[in-house]
Amino acid sequence: MGATPPALRALEYWIYQYRRMWRGSVISGFISPLLYLAAMGVGLGSLVNHHHSSRNSLGGVSYIAFLAPGMLAAIAMQIGAQESTYPVLGGIKWVKNYFAMLATPLRVVDVLVGQLLWIAMRITLTVTLFLVTMELFGAGHHWTVLLAVPSAVLTGMAFAVPICAYAATREGDAAFAALFRFVVMPMFLFSGTFFPVTQLPKGLRVVAYITPLWHGVDLCRALALGDAGVVRSLGHVAYLLVFVVAGALWARHTFTRRLAT
Amino acid sequence: MTSTPSTPSTTTLTRITPSVAWRGARARRLVERNVMVYRHSWLIIFSGLFEPIFYLLSIGVGIGRLVGKVPGPGGHLLTYREFVAPALLASASMNGAVYDSTMNVFYKLKYAKIYDAVLSTPMGVDDVARGEITWALIRGFLYAVSFIVVMLALGLVDSAWEILALPASVLIGFGFASIGMATTAYMRSWEDFEFVQLAVLPLFLLSTTFYPLSTYPRWLQIVTECTPLFHGVALLRALNEGAIGPGLLLHALYFVAMGMIGVWVASRRLGHLLLT
Repeated sequence: MGATPPALRALEYWIYQYRRMWRGSVISGFISPLLYLAAMGVGLGSLVNHHHSSRNSLGGVSYIAFLAPGMLAAIAMQIGAQESTYPVLGGIKWVKNYFAMLATPLRVVDVLVGQLLWIAMRITLTVTLFLVTMELFGAGHHWTVLLAVPSAVLTGMAFAVPICAYAATREGDAAFAALFRFVVMPMFLFSGTFFPVTQLPKGLRVVAYITPLWHGVDLCRALALGDAGVVRSLGHVAYLLVFVVAGALWARHTFTRRLAT
Repeated sequence: MTSTPSTPSTTTLTRITPSVAWRGARARRLVERNVMVYRHSWLIIFSGLFEPIFYLLSIGVGIGRLVGKVPGPGGHLLTYREFVAPALLASASMNGAVYDSTMNVFYKLKYAKIYDAVLSTPMGVDDVARGEITWALIRGFLYAVSFIVVMLALGLVDSAWEILALPASVLIGFGFASIGMATTAYMRSWEDFEFVQLAVLPLFLLSTTFYPLSTYPRWLQIVTECTPLFHGVALLRALNEGAIGPGLLLHALYFVAMGMIGVWVASRRLGHLLLT
């Protein structure tokens, strides 16, 4: 028993906690994407597929085959953002469970790593459920779609890690509403999930290419459709990793400043 | 901006008259309170504008290029943006009204205990229910005005009847806000709000917001025709297209009925919660 790394102890806390809350997250994590796929993929898809020129813009696939892997990445982003805002500030200000952890032999870094591992686990869970749903709709034809799961988790963490760092600098949750409205939501709508970014005006297209979500979407989509180029995919992975690593360094700084006194 | 305190004579009058005579007449005070509180966080209200506009630009403009012309309720062929814009206004009215009347009210009811404080004044439970719903409608009205201005700027307003979309979206908001209030009065904890999501999201996605009713098989069309947002979408879509007919009254009546039932249930249940 004593050999468990301390960060896993912090992770264990979050798993225990989750056992009482999972119902709500099944609704948000499973039923919402199901509804999106049914309404946008099938319903709206029937309009898109009937339009003569749209197959060309979508790279020759049906709308749901185009949409589903994009949603996979976008869902990972949303879960990542949710789990790294309120729970982190809660740990510091409202529930103060971070301080409870620090009263044990856990160090600040363990608390942080435990939190991040938990977020990665939550994303993995949701994304896997989504992949199953997606297959029920017949989207995702190639075996490489299995690699879309770790890719989506990476996408989610590219948001979660820097947001954790940022959340640890806040005094109240006012900034989170703005973060969701002006960062998360616009990326969800404009970073290639619902339509190819080539349809955006030129200036916006460049912005879309800079967002981590576009890289995640493009990566997951290529893997689901089975036309992922190695160089292009590794490029996406590297870009997303930059956010994770830079975010982790920043988070270690902000967590230490806030918690170690 | 300073609030002018009511003159002593009115206050005295309201304090000495039995409150039954004034049922619901003091709802204005609650609205005034909300205006004063939100003066400090107007940014939250202001930022709420952007979500429907982002949706309009993404779905309407982005996806619009993947979709051809779509027949509107009046039979005209519409571009996809013209088709989807009024539906997004209807769903924004629903979302705003539901959010205001559930999360906000629940917080005030259970945590901030605002209504307990309110009821220690001459105000009654009816004032609380009507005041909160009125406040939700004022916000909804402001959002509708700005959304229609954006539609005008993008050239998506097809008919002068669109001016009626303003009262219509307030009416949609009334229906949802009062049902929202009634539901909130039965909520036990924050976890219950997942069920609100569970009701709102399918309404948003499936109420012919993004495609015509004819996409569905017949049985699903009938189910959809029973749900509230479908009527809101149909109403606003017809107004924007200028397809005016007696059927629109039926859509409007749906929300009148929904609103009245909601207010009735909310007042009763709040009375039970706060006065016993």
